Amino acid sequence: MNRYTVAVLVNNQFGVLNRVTSMFRRRRFNISALTVSETESSAYSRITVVFDGDEANKQQLINQLYKLADVCSISELDELNSISCELLLIKMQNDADTRGEISAAAQAFDAKTVDYSKDSIMLELTGTSQRIDDFINLMRDYTILEICRTGSVSLEKGSTTIRKVTNL
Amino acid sequence: MILSGADIVIEVLLEQECDVIFGYPGAQVIDIYDSLYKYKDKIKHVLGAHEQGAAHAADGYARTTGKVGVVLSTSGPGATNLVTAIATAHLDSVPLVAICGNVATDKIGTDSFQEIDITGITLPITKHNFFVNDISELAQTLREAFRLAMSGRRGPVLVDIPKDVQTALCEYTKAEKITQDEAFAAKDMRIKEAAECINRAKRPYIYFGGGIIAADAQNEMLKLAEKIDAPLGCSLMGISAIATNEPRFLGMQGMHGHYASTMAMHNADCIISLGVRFNNRATCDGENFAKNADVIHIDVDGSELCKNVPTDYGLRGDLKLTLEKLLSYTDKSEKPLWQKQIESFKQDEYYYNDKRDTLTPRSAILMLNDYLDENTAVATDVGQHQMWSAQNLVFRKNRRFLSSGGLGTMGYGLGAAIGAYFGTNERSVLVTGDGSFGMCLNELATAVNYDTDIVILIMNNGALGMVRQWQTMFFDRRYSSTVIDRKTDFTALAKAFGADGERVERIDELKQAFDRAFSFKGVYVIDCVIDKDELVLPMLPPNGTSGDIIVKVGD
Repeated sequence: MNRYTVAVLVNNQFGVLNRVTSMFRRRRFNISALTVSETESSAYSRITVVFDGDEANKQQLINQLYKLADVCSISELDELNSISCELLLIKMQNDADTRGEISAAAQAFDAKTVDYSKDSIMLELTGTSQRIDDFINLMRDYTILEICRTGSVSLEKGSTTIRKVTNL
Repeated sequence: MILSGADIVIEVLLEQECDVIFGYPGAQVIDIYDSLYKYKDKIKHVLGAHEQGAAHAADGYARTTGKVGVVLSTSGPGATNLVTAIATAHLDSVPLVAICGNVATDKIGTDSFQEIDITGITLPITKHNFFVNDISELAQTLREAFRLAMSGRRGPVLVDIPKDVQTALCEYTKAEKITQDEAFAAKDMRIKEAAECINRAKRPYIYFGGGIIAADAQNEMLKLAEKIDAPLGCSLMGISAIATNEPRFLGMQGMHGHYASTMAMHNADCIISLGVRFNNRATCDGENFAKNADVIHIDVDGSELCKNVPTDYGLRGDLKLTLEKLLSYTDKSEKPLWQKQIESFKQDEYYYNDKRDTLTPRSAILMLNDYLDENTAVATDVGQHQMWSAQNLVFRKNRRFLSSGGLGTMGYGLGAAIGAYFGTNERSVLVTGDGSFGMCLNELATAVNYDTDIVILIMNNGALGMVRQWQTMFFDRRYSSTVIDRKTDFTALAKAFGADGERVERIDELKQAFDRAFSFKGVYVIDCVIDKDELVLPMLPPNGTSGDIIVKVGD
């Protein structure tokens, strides 16, 4: 089992996300994260899919995506050719015993305090999925009240853009 | 000119050179039907008895003509009745445009009367579908539907048109018939690699499917077979692509395939697969499929490569263009040893063939062959009769065998035979079973009302024979719900619908019945009694490989 990241440029049309996820569901692809957003052009949306499988699964997923009429282009991203990051919001219980340690950890990870109350501290962290996993694992020693994290967003390094990948 | 949405629908159909459509009216398409009334000199509408039958007819029309079949239905139940037929077309890559009415846009999402989310429902069973929000998009959306249906691997497209879009007015400018996306050959390097593999092969075998018919590539394929001295076999969907009596052709392979083609593939060292998708009914045990052979797979749909069986050479491209190139890269050779082996498989097959001269499934189909002319389309339903037909029917022209291969839709055949009648302007034939016929026999009304000529052969064994066969072979003869023994009098039923017919129990009676049926003007139903213990053989057990072929019961 490997983890793959694929960026998909789709027409910014009503229901496109449904078409893509419906295909994933009916063909039983194992998706671990998915993000969607508008792009530099309002005509397109960009979907970043992170999924687990083998090389044949990956090829099949890409082939099946290309069959969807709203898919314009696809690019495979890996650690070497791309930058990926994720956003985490984490709400910790605020008490006198742990406050100092949480703040020290946050500082070490460069997490920002975005909300503070008598009983809670909310931290914001961006980074690779691995870095975010590490931070969450560290926080498990204290009381986590709530977590919300986005899926991964990725862009290829250099001047190459997804729109230059032809739909074949 | 300024036209209503409903008129624009018909104008675009005319642009696309569509002269016959199938459908069923209702409140949310009443405006389009009003336009059809106005345009009745230019476009023929065939009213089905049920939307499913109408859609199967559009499918049968598309399969026989190679053009897009069009079906029109109302919202709600009208639209949901299309679902089985759309899925049938989807699994067999049939170009179909389904147009549905829906409630007005301001009522959408409020669960109003006969409102259904048909674009949601058909999402997994269409190539693409559209909900037309605004009349300004209507004409272009319909053209796009035709382009998608016919481009690349063909398939069904649905367009959902709310009632207010049908009544709104909009400027319409006539356009040319849409051109399908340009076809392209596979990458040259890949073709050369495949050609080298073929040139090395001592026992090449060509396995083709419906893709050959869609790409009109049968001549290129035959030239290749000739050049490399290879035998050919096909999937169910490939039947009628080439003439059945073509000397190199060994017939259908798969779960109920011919002995010779099954054994030829089992013994081949190079399998050239053309426009097939290695469905589990075709390969049975996909994982051990052709383990000892190099597999070359050429298909217009890249997602089929390495999907079901691992292939050594996967080539994505149009079959006609790719085969033309492949031909030029392959060496001419003769393979007398391989041909000798093939000849012995054929002799074995001849030995195993059922040679009884009484009324048997095989003798009935062989007799039917004598009554078919080159242009006659034969539709089937699904089950034992379908396999008996696939094994024994003789075709001389392509696009003349219509059968639900992928979805296996019982009830497909009568609609398809009606569509084939309109597609060929000639008598069509339906071979069905008593189970399948019972599913959609209401379309007899359509067949009679439009003065079609259709011969219907019901292979009546009083059972759901294919399931019963499995119960015989794998469930210790526990015949759960498969012996139906209904009291239906099919001759009386035919007459009640305005058709004619008779019941036959012996082979000489069948001959007389065929004589009458094929000289009859109209719809003629032959209720042909078949023993319920007749089996479809040979058979590869599910998950079996060619080595496990059952040619006789008791083996």
